Formats: sequence, C-alpha cells, structure tokens
Amino acid sequence: MVDVTLHLPTRSSEAEAERAVVLGKLRRGDSIFRWLTLGAAVSVLIILGAVFVSLIDGSIPAFRQFGLGFITTESWNPVTEKFGALAPIYGTLITSALAMLFAVPIGLGIAIFLTELCPPLLRRPIGIAIELLAGIPSIIYGIWGLFFFAPFLQRTLQPALIDTFANVPILSTLFEGPPYGIGILTASFILAIMVLPFITAISRDVFDTVPIVLKESAYGIGCTTSEVVRRVVIPYTRVGLIGGAMLGLGRALGETMAVTFVIGNAHRISGSLLAPGTTISATIANEFTEAVGELYTSSLVALGLILFFITFLVLAAARLMLMMLERKAGK
Amino acid sequence: MAIDTARYRRRKRRNTRTSVLSLLATVLGVGILAIILGTLVYKGFGGLGLDVFTEMTPPPGSAGGLLNAIVGSLIMTAIGVAIGTPIGVLAGTYMAEYGRYNKLTMVVRFINDILLSAPSIVMGLFVYTIMVAPMGHFSGYAGAVALALLVIPIVVRTTEDMLLLVPGSLREAASALGMPRSLVVQRIAYKAARAGIITGVLLAVARVSGETAPLLFTALNNQFWSTNLNAPFSSLPVVIFQFALSPYADWQRLAWVGALIITCAVLALSIAARWLSSSRTSQ
Repeated sequence: MVDVTLHLPTRSSEAEAERAVVLGKLRRGDSIFRWLTLGAAVSVLIILGAVFVSLIDGSIPAFRQFGLGFITTESWNPVTEKFGALAPIYGTLITSALAMLFAVPIGLGIAIFLTELCPPLLRRPIGIAIELLAGIPSIIYGIWGLFFFAPFLQRTLQPALIDTFANVPILSTLFEGPPYGIGILTASFILAIMVLPFITAISRDVFDTVPIVLKESAYGIGCTTSEVVRRVVIPYTRVGLIGGAMLGLGRALGETMAVTFVIGNAHRISGSLLAPGTTISATIANEFTEAVGELYTSSLVALGLILFFITFLVLAAARLMLMMLERKAGK
Repeated sequence: MAIDTARYRRRKRRNTRTSVLSLLATVLGVGILAIILGTLVYKGFGGLGLDVFTEMTPPPGSAGGLLNAIVGSLIMTAIGVAIGTPIGVLAGTYMAEYGRYNKLTMVVRFINDILLSAPSIVMGLFVYTIMVAPMGHFSGYAGAVALALLVIPIVVRTTEDMLLLVPGSLREAASALGMPRSLVVQRIAYKAARAGIITGVLLAVARVSGETAPLLFTALNNQFWSTNLNAPFSSLPVVIFQFALSPYADWQRLAWVGALIITCAVLALSIAARWLSSSRTSQ
C-alpha cells in the first residue's frame, strides 16, 4: 500500500506533464489559428488601402503637371503630352446613366413578374436563367456587341432614330451623324444588358422581404396586383431598390471589356449619342500597355484613381442603403 | 349601391398594363440570353474541332488552335484561386467564428462588399504598379496575383455566409467535449459548411476564368507555348480580345471559338455551384 501511495503522485505528475504539453500545444495552435484568421480579415482592409495608396502615388506626376485642370480638360494628346480626363469621365457617366435608364425599368418589370405574376412552375427556371446571364464574362458581351449587336443597330435602330428626329430641335443633335453602329448608345445598351441580371436579382430578393401579411391585406381589401406593387411593395422596399440600382451602377461604371469593344475609343465629347466616345476603363484598357513616358502612364493611373473613387462612393452608398433595408426586415 | 364602373374599368386596365409590361420585360431578358447563347453557338461551333485543343495560337493567315491560351488560363486561374482561397476562407472564418459581433467584422464586411464589385481593371493597375513595374516585365505571376485579388472577396463573402448558417448548438456540443476553439472551427464548422464553401470557390473560379481586364497589363499575352510564369503569359480571354479586334478573318473565327469555350466552362461551373448548394439545402 505504501508503495502505491509513493508511486501514484510520481505517475500522475508524469501524466500531468504530458497533459500540460498537449494542452500547451493545443493552446498555441488555438491562438495561432485565431491570429491567422484575424490577419486574413485585416488583409482585406489592407488590399483596399494599398490600392488607394498605389493609385494616388502613381497619379502624382499627372496631377502635379496638370493640377485639378486634369479633370476639366478635354484634350488627350499623347504626342504633345497634354492630357485631360473630361472626355473619358463624360463617357463613363453618360453610358452608365443611359444603361441604368434602360436596365432599371426592365429589371423591376422582371422582378415584379417573378414575385407577383409568374406561375410557380416557371419561377425557378426564369430566375436561374437571369442569374446565369449575370455569370457570363464581360468579354462575351463585348464580342457579341461588336459582331452582332452593333451591325444590327446600324441597320435598324440608328437610321430610324436619325430619320425620325431629324427635324425635332433638341433630339436631332442627340441623334446626329452617320450610323456607325458602335458608339455611346450601343455601349449603353450593352451595359444595360450586363447590369440587368444584377438589378433583377437584387430587386427580386428585396421584394421577397415584404411581409406577406402586408400584401395579403392589400389584396384582401380588393387591390389589384398593380396597386399592390405600386402602393405596398415598392414603397416598403424603396431604399433597397435604390441600393440595388446603385450596385448595378457601380458595376456599369467600372465595366471594361464589354464597353471597350463597342464604344469606338474617340477622345472627344460629342452631343450625339450615336458618335463614338470613350470611357475611363476603355481608355486604360486600350492605351496602358502602349503608354510611353511617365506622364502618359501617370495620367492613365490618375484616370484609374478617379474611376475607383467614383465607384467606391457609389458602392458604399448602395451598401449602406441595403443595410438599412436589412435592419428594417430584421425587426 | 352604385358601382363606379368607369373607375373599376380603369383600375383593371391599369392592372393589365402592368402585367403585360412586366411580362414583356421578362420575355426581353430571357430572349437576350437566348440570342447571345445562340450567336455564340452559331459562330463558334463551326470552328470547334480537335485542333483547337492541340494547336498553338497561329500567326494571321494560318491554321491553329488555342492550346497555349487554354493552358495559360487554367494555370493562372489555378494559382489565383490557390492564393485567394486560403486568405478568403480564413478571413471569412474570423468574421463568422471569432469576431461575429465586433466592429472590425462590420468594417471588413463593408469593405469586402465594395471590393466584390470594384472595377477589375483597377486591380490590374494596382498589380501593375506593385509587381510589373518593379520587376520590369509582364509575368504570369502578376496575372495570377491580380486574379487572386478578385477571388478573395467572393470567397470571404460565401465563407462567412455559410459559417453563419452552421447551428451554434453544434459548436457548443463540441466545446462541451473539451475541444479547443480552433478545432471546433476546423473539424466541426468547416465540415458542416463544406459544400457552401466549395460553392463559393467554384463561383470564384467561374468569375475569374472569364476576366480579361486585370490580365491585359499584368500577364499581357504570349503567342507561343510557355509555362514560364516569370514571363508574359497567355490566357484565353486576352487572346479572344486581341483576335476579335484584329482584321483577320481566321483570328476572328478563333475568337468566337474561344468565347464559346469560356462561356460553356463558366456556365458549367455556375450550374455545378448551384447544384451543389441546392443539394446541400435539400438535405
């Protein structure tokens, strides 16, 4: 018995030491893993910060040379090294605005159809088809736009627009000149087709947050579907719809390949929507590898900075609005 | 009680109008998808043959395929996903498992959502300034890093969402058995959310494999067979871009074939991802 009492403590202290080693290992592994995940999470912030810093750093020569006049000058001449961002900024804003003008009503229409009118059997297939449209790479839209859609518009819509509005005061300048096929209007159409799936998918999800009781009570007092949509669904989801549209706008502003194919790459601001133009992203895509000289490269990076800044603001606003809706739905 | 027939008719007309308009919008949306896919198959299917997968990209005027471009895309996408996935999964893990309710997570989620839709060409510019300019030449590595930067936000988002769906009782049960936190995450939470996380990675692959803009001035392009990642590297989207804008008919034909291949691959990946996530929820 004495033997046992003598042995037990030594044995258990051995086991305890072993246990401490294992526990220490686990504890170390635990904190290593925790710090790893924390580091990864912080790296997301670092990426955004680094993008901003490197773009600002790269665009310093351009802004030092041209000052804020860079943003308000139209000329873009690599030979004389005179650069101004006005034409690409104008092109980016006008194509995105037009794209939203086409895509938002159609996207809302599809979302209304899917949530209120569609027979349940078709709801899933159509929803999936629209979402697949969102997955197609933008270069496909570009090549399709260049070889199929632009010639199609050149033959049909553009001559019709020119003829119809030839004698109407303001519209005649908007639809002036020969039907090139490519140009601002075509780029806007392609952009609209590209952002349509995003806007549709978000609008549909947002419509689904409307409590069914609200809709049912509206139907119950005899409202028609159109009245339910206009008076109940849309007012309830207004913030989310605007957020979704702005998310689409953010995509449209930064879209590169689809636009590069069909915009025509002309560094000038034209009153006509049928004329070729350029956007910030198309300019960078076309000219960056060929840019010689520090000032040229720096001007292109400055364009990138302007684009990133604009999309950042739009996307941030969109997210804030969607968050507001989520909070409302969570209550 | 008099029924206001005129008003009733007006409301009915308005309702019909809304219904017809939204139906037309849907027909238009689905119709455009059909037209795009139809054009792709019509223009691309004729040129699709075995030599597309066995021959290099040709100089103008001669026959050839897209082998080096396809392989280049596969390699760069694989490296990009291999870099981006661990970072994305770990970041998503922090947000869902460790800092679920703290400020950092909220900020990271907000910034990540912005990066998710940030213009990809700006990522290309960024990688150009941090990698291509210091190294002095375009390289496959730079292209892969640019793609990784696009993978991260997608994986972060899906990982966080999927881990948040794992019931807390599972974690509590594991903790009650004395499992340390990191093992609870790795052995329990990851296992429960595995299908969802893989779905996110598949979606990221689908998104990245068609990206052109960030590769234009990072990997550039390479006409020849090359597996040297430290040199300009070929990729399918960039080849499509160059060939489509060229004046040569046979290059344009190859561009269509490439476009068809990419679209099929991307659609297959999206459908696989969708199937995976739906089979998980039906369990």
